Amino acid sequence: MAVIHRLRIAFGDPVLILLVLGLSFFGVAMVYSAGQLDVPDLVVAGVWKMQLLWLALSLLVFLLVVRIQTRWFEWVAIPAYALSLLLLAATLVIGTGLGTARGTKSWIDVGPAMIQPAQFANLATILMLARVMGSWREPPASLATLAKPVTIVAVPMGLVMLQPDLGTAMVFGAILLATLFWAGTPLGLLFLLLSPLVGLFLSFQPWLFALYMIALTAFLYFYRTFFWEAAVIWLANIAAGTVAVPLWNSLEPYQRARLLVFLDPGIDPRGAGYHVIQSRVAIGSGGLLGKGFTHGTQKRLAFLPEQHTDFIFSVIGEELGFFGTFAVLTLFGIILWRLVRASERLADPFAGIVVFGIFGAWFAHVIVNIGMTVGVMPITGIPLPFLSYGGSFLLASFIALALVQRFTAEQGKI
Amino acid sequence: MLLFLVLGALIVAFFRTQVLRSTAYALQSDLNRLRPIPVPAPRGTIYDRNGRIVADNLPGYALLLLPAPRDSIRSTLRRLAPVVGLTSAHITALLAKQAAQPNQPLVVSNDLSFQQLAAVEERRQRFPGVFIDMRPKRRYPAGRAAAHLVGYVAEISEEELKLPQFRSFTQGQLVGKAGLERQYEAVVGGTPGMRYVEVDAHGRIVGQFAPRTLLPYVEGKPLRLHLDLELQEWVARIFPDSMRGAVVAIEPVSGHVLALYTNPGYDPNQFVGGVAPELWRQLNADPSKPLLHRAVTGLYPPGSTFKLATAAIGLELGVVDPEGFMPIPCRGGLQYGNRYFKCWQAKGHGFLALPDAIRQSCDVYFYQLGLKIGLERFLAEGTRLGFSRRTGIDLPVERAGNFPDSPDWFRRRFGWKPTPAEALSLAIGQGPNDQTPLKMAHFYAALAGDGSVGPARLAVDGDSVEAPALDLHLSARNLEVLREGLRRVVGPGGTALSASLEHWDLLGKTGTSQNPHGPDHGWFVGMAGPRGGKPEIIVSAILEFGEHGTAAAQFVAKTADFYLRRRYGMPVDTIQTLREHLIAGRPVPWARWQ
Repeated sequence: MAVIHRLRIAFGDPVLILLVLGLSFFGVAMVYSAGQLDVPDLVVAGVWKMQLLWLALSLLVFLLVVRIQTRWFEWVAIPAYALSLLLLAATLVIGTGLGTARGTKSWIDVGPAMIQPAQFANLATILMLARVMGSWREPPASLATLAKPVTIVAVPMGLVMLQPDLGTAMVFGAILLATLFWAGTPLGLLFLLLSPLVGLFLSFQPWLFALYMIALTAFLYFYRTFFWEAAVIWLANIAAGTVAVPLWNSLEPYQRARLLVFLDPGIDPRGAGYHVIQSRVAIGSGGLLGKGFTHGTQKRLAFLPEQHTDFIFSVIGEELGFFGTFAVLTLFGIILWRLVRASERLADPFAGIVVFGIFGAWFAHVIVNIGMTVGVMPITGIPLPFLSYGGSFLLASFIALALVQRFTAEQGKI
Repeated sequence: MLLFLVLGALIVAFFRTQVLRSTAYALQSDLNRLRPIPVPAPRGTIYDRNGRIVADNLPGYALLLLPAPRDSIRSTLRRLAPVVGLTSAHITALLAKQAAQPNQPLVVSNDLSFQQLAAVEERRQRFPGVFIDMRPKRRYPAGRAAAHLVGYVAEISEEELKLPQFRSFTQGQLVGKAGLERQYEAVVGGTPGMRYVEVDAHGRIVGQFAPRTLLPYVEGKPLRLHLDLELQEWVARIFPDSMRGAVVAIEPVSGHVLALYTNPGYDPNQFVGGVAPELWRQLNADPSKPLLHRAVTGLYPPGSTFKLATAAIGLELGVVDPEGFMPIPCRGGLQYGNRYFKCWQAKGHGFLALPDAIRQSCDVYFYQLGLKIGLERFLAEGTRLGFSRRTGIDLPVERAGNFPDSPDWFRRRFGWKPTPAEALSLAIGQGPNDQTPLKMAHFYAALAGDGSVGPARLAVDGDSVEAPALDLHLSARNLEVLREGLRRVVGPGGTALSASLEHWDLLGKTGTSQNPHGPDHGWFVGMAGPRGGKPEIIVSAILEFGEHGTAAAQFVAKTADFYLRRRYGMPVDTIQTLREHLIAGRPVPWARWQ
């Protein structure tokens, strides 16, 4: 018991760290499997070694970061946030694409490796949000008080969208919602914040939009908002409703295709729907027990796209079957639950918001990534934490983990 | 709460996909990676009557492209072009073929050389969807000697694919294109099987081709021929390369074809796996028409060889006494109506009985016989004897003879009513009358036996097929009279004495086929057998521009001699006929000059 207590003091929640470590090594194994093709692709075949290297580096950084005090993180939030904005802006100029995201500018070449600044900007934004919201004396009552956190998120999110990387930008949204929620923002207010987006989607169906506007008006009336706020929200919804179609037309064809294919993968089986169909075939053909580690035919024969990054979960589904997917989903469930539990127990509002922000980000990653492999979410191309190949995200995730563990460790000390 | 709800929903989604609908997805995953490839069946071996191989199979290599979008097929073909030698015309043709049957593997080459094979295997990665298949390749050991007869195989054409009898065929499949290969496609063709290969997402074949056979092929059945390949090759050997013509050998009574040779020919082995366009152009442009199967499609005026038909009709109708003379002796011609019909011998033959009229080939005798028969009866009987029909030999292509079936024929064809004088021309094998070498041999085969002969047949399998037999309705005595005439042709004072043989009785008739375009064609139709016995082989030969039948008689005699010597276990000799003996300075004790 004494040893565990000492470990808890040094590294925080042992369940969390052990699960994450297990998942990470399992991830390296799956990345190795993803490289085993019948017609070998030399790049993908060797990628598991890179992942192992990144994992080692991440653990090293974890050990360093976990020794840093909570207050220091609060202090570093502003410079880190500023630096990440700078990096994101620089990415738009000197960034390059990678893999299937060749057309985007998401990576910076730093010699030995490619860095994806957006993954670190995520964390910096969480810190910044926590710093702002942690100082709130009472829950926000009006939209005006939300202006500051919204702006904090909107700037990096906008920069990421410009790359363009829709998936990662969505994670910023998830972070905002999670932190706002944890900072005590009433659900009604959150709904009002999101209402223009709802209006945007409903505007494709005029009668649905009309119905929605009536409901919104009623809601605004009964939800004692300030008049001006109500007017702004109402107008924003009207605006969203009217700009939706032109906005739709301004989307890149591949973005439009992805959204449409999400609704019906059969639209274009050889084109945009191809990924979803092949992924679903891989997972479905895995059955209960799977085809065996490294033996997935969909993967081996290269039918599965991006099998070592975005679609690593399809490889798991194909080779390890329902048992594999069930086990991994359960692991993620426990990890995420431990995060919620940690944030619940943290007395420090800053720390609590940071942990819940990390929960929001990981939750979004898990749901969107795994959901897309089985066709219940659109293809947005965001990685699966600890499993997908990708150094920046793995490192950022371990830094986030270090934060969580440090916070819980400090809490335990008190 | 929300967390577990969402994760629970995901687990449900995975349960649905991986457990409830797993079979459907597993099937889809198999369809993804398995491509069916037809497995060609080895064609049946074709044997001659002595078990010698006329056509068999060698291992060959075919290059196939698996079904894929047109653009990727096109780019693969472009990359393959320098390796296997494709021209842009080839590529266009292949793309058209692929468009016609987009779901079938495209056969790029049916006969890859070892160098090409190695070159493709080396660059495997660069050629997605390329599949190299070991498949049997046809071989014709006799080569040119049996070219027209055996035919050849090649890829089925677009047009053929549309025909009902080829409904089950697929693009790239080999099919008999001519000759026996075509005629007996149903026998020797077999049924192709089907197997799967595993491909990756780019259509590249992976794995060890662990062939999962879905459907085993059914090998083609062997085909046995009545043909005597050695005799066929012998004919090809003695026939001068520069001459055009044909030789047909038939067995009496049965009608079995022993040899069916046409010159010039081609090497069918060069047609296997696709004929080179230059060769095809060259063969088609050649004025000697090597692709023409003269033995069964060449129509020649039968000339004097037809006099036996006239005599047979006369005897059958009883209008001629075989020992009696015609009313008018031959004085070198016959005045009929306002026309004077010449005999080939200007000084005349005098009075002749039928056997001597045949020996001398006296035109004046046969003019009068024709008149006695009368045009109408002559045409009716000639038609009954099949001179306006095909013999029905088991080959895909045969031309029917030209012979008026009734006096009305002249009105239909020429627009005038025939005078009885037409009978005079027809009686000596002139006028509107053209026959194939096969038909003449078949007719003489009836003379050789008991007056009838079975349908002309090449393959044992063909025996059951319905075809007209031939019956002259002649008594044994009358047949003997006709044969006596034929015997005298190769005897003292006959037109073909120089063709007589040391060991065998040779009977036959020369003929000159009048050719308005150049020198006349020479005919000889003969039969031979042991001395004093029945003929055992009938041979007809035509030599284009041969002037007269004497040269053709040499081939007939040499063919019959070769066949009979082997049949009776005698050593084969190249000095066979009287003429050859004389030239070689050998004694000719058997020859009778008077």
